[in-house]
Amino acid sequence: MLLAAADVAPRSQMGLSLGWHIVLACLGVGLPALVLFAEWRGLRTGDPVYRLLARRWARALGVLFAVGAVSGTILSFEMGVLWSGLMQRYGSVIGLPFTIEGFAFFIEAIFLGIYLYGWDRLAPRVHLLSGVPILVAGVLSAFFVVTANAWMNSPQGFVLRHGKVLSTDPWRAIFNKATWPETTHMILSAFMVTGFLVASVYGVAMLRGREDDYHRRGLRIALALGAICAPLQVVVGDWAARYVAADQPAKLAAMEGLYDSGTHQPLAIGGVYIGHHLVGALHVPDGLSLLLRLKPDGYVQGLSAVPANDRPPVAIVHFSFDTMVGIGFGLLALAAWFGWAHWRHGDLPRTRWFLRAVAISGAAATVAMEAGWMVTEVGRQPWVVWHLLRTSTAVNPAQHLSDGLPVLVVVYVLLTILLIAVLRRMTRSTPVPAAPQEADADEYAVV
Amino acid sequence: MSAVLFVLLLSWLSLTAYALLAGADFGAGTWDLLAGSARGGRARRGLIEHVIGPVWEANHVWLIFVLVLLWTSFPPAFSAIASTLWVPLTLAALGIIGRGSAFAFRKTVTATWQQAAFGATFALSSVATPFFLGTAAGAIGAGRVPPGLAAGDTLRSWTSPVALLTGALAVAACSFLAATYLCGDAERAGSPAEVGWFRLRALASGAVAGALAIAGLFVTHADARALFDGLAGRGLPLIAVSASAGVGALALVALRRYLLARVAAGLAVGAVVWGWGVAQYPHLLPGLDARQAAAVPTTLHAVVITSIIGVAVLVPSLVALLRLFQRPERPTA
Repeated sequence: MLLAAADVAPRSQMGLSLGWHIVLACLGVGLPALVLFAEWRGLRTGDPVYRLLARRWARALGVLFAVGAVSGTILSFEMGVLWSGLMQRYGSVIGLPFTIEGFAFFIEAIFLGIYLYGWDRLAPRVHLLSGVPILVAGVLSAFFVVTANAWMNSPQGFVLRHGKVLSTDPWRAIFNKATWPETTHMILSAFMVTGFLVASVYGVAMLRGREDDYHRRGLRIALALGAICAPLQVVVGDWAARYVAADQPAKLAAMEGLYDSGTHQPLAIGGVYIGHHLVGALHVPDGLSLLLRLKPDGYVQGLSAVPANDRPPVAIVHFSFDTMVGIGFGLLALAAWFGWAHWRHGDLPRTRWFLRAVAISGAAATVAMEAGWMVTEVGRQPWVVWHLLRTSTAVNPAQHLSDGLPVLVVVYVLLTILLIAVLRRMTRSTPVPAAPQEADADEYAVV
Repeated sequence: MSAVLFVLLLSWLSLTAYALLAGADFGAGTWDLLAGSARGGRARRGLIEHVIGPVWEANHVWLIFVLVLLWTSFPPAFSAIASTLWVPLTLAALGIIGRGSAFAFRKTVTATWQQAAFGATFALSSVATPFFLGTAAGAIGAGRVPPGLAAGDTLRSWTSPVALLTGALAVAACSFLAATYLCGDAERAGSPAEVGWFRLRALASGAVAGALAIAGLFVTHADARALFDGLAGRGLPLIAVSASAGVGALALVALRRYLLARVAAGLAVGAVVWGWGVAQYPHLLPGLDARQAAAVPTTLHAVVITSIIGVAVLVPSLVALLRLFQRPERPTA
């Protein structure tokens, strides 16, 4: 317990910095897709509503990208400042994806500069094209960073002798067993978070009576992005869970709150894990065996198969997993509602309940994404590198290291308040006209 | 050339690019702090915002490269540096967050008090970040970061006289670079009053940077003899280049030759970075040379290949960005 206590502060600090940054990272990946789509529609149709949407979203993107760029930088510092033991031993194995990510991020930053500041200097078609590298590089950045995390789940591509890395195969390390399910899951969730967050802004505005063309279209474009990804995410989530079951059975057992190994394992929904039991859970008979092994008597390993000091904290992992899956299916239902209404009468559902659901979908998608990271990160404990390096051994042994945490808490609370205040001000200081004209789009300054 | 040397050069080139480009962005923040009252300094702050707005994020990425190249290619050095110097590095990271966010936020608000509050945060963190990064560099140069995890003194390593002086020198050098660059920018923007303002500051900050550099040699002699011997030995030609380029830059600013002054100022600062590198080569840390610290060859080769491909994509993109904003027809601030 003493060892576990020593790494609580650095783990919390890393969790806070990463959990904060990842919301902006999601928007950095997803928002360019929305901006480019709106700009492309505006170019094709000449419709000032699309053109104004593109400009207003681009202005928000500029602010969010800047904050994301700097909140991502502290993570590079923290990799060494907090996890110097990890970097000392495995820096040479997992460094390459970060190097590639560095280049991808550089391209993103350069083209964002060109795209935002060149809005009125470049020919419209050239300008649209100059935005494409932002989207591509953003997705690539996300891919390569997540491969490093995938490697921590499924370490490969190196030979150890006496605890030292003797040789490496950095490409095999990048393309490990966890890479495809984990990166696909994350990139889809980045688009979902963006789609539902942006849609929720318009959902709130429409609930307040702004039911004009601009707000309806903003909601539809953003919600369409989230709605397309939601069903795909169910399939990819299943894929990711199968990977975990095959490669990290202890994590899967924690996700399900499953203590005893055996066949005919039920699927547990909800409940609180207390003393090796899920209290108050709804059990679907044979459900877990069916989901993972496709047969009712499929064998699934429980936590009891793992020594007690190699088990992750179960209650929080199970709760986070249920939260993520529950919200995921809720968003799928919202997507289906939206799709059905569109198919039946080519419009948004007419009830205010739909707008209320959209209004909370952004926060819900964000919570689901954070919960997913809780599952994979807490579920990997006590290991930082699965079965190879314990988190408590990887932490920087410097004294007073935990003093950094309260400082960061203050900084991030302030940053959150200011970012939200600034984004709200940006909307209010130049309100959207009821029926945007050509001049409204042309005069809106992107930067 | 060996892969170790190639990666080492690449890291040092990235560090130089960061010092010359992002350094100037930080320096511009210092001048933003000293630009005068909200009303009187409005045009000056507008020019600073106009000049660094499109490029600061790209300039900032060089630091990411330094960190990532170091941890991939020289993991024992990176982990020793980051663990012993966790305090100044965390403070620098917070400074980076404060600078970037406040700069982005300031552009979106219109009330004077809000602009002033974000502006003050932007400016203060623009001073703090190079200072703390400078103290970290000074601690490494002075040999206060031994190999191993948190093996050095986490407080005294970066508060030694050499480290503190390096921090101050970093702030002065950034301010000098920024003022020199901004003279040219103000001239292109057609605001003679601002040219005069920045010209005076370029001369003053250049003199301060020069004085700190000279003082630094004495302090280094007393506090970090190994580094001094390196600087006075193998590093001497580069120190001489830095000194003469610095004097030259001051003379060119005095003569209002701002474009040439830019080159000379960059050379003066860049030569210090390389002088430091040459002075302690091949040692990264006391008792740890580059070859001992280097990752296995397969990792280094992957970094080399990735970097060559990456640079091939990067350079044309950067040229496109800079050309778009270095056109003479840009509007006045």
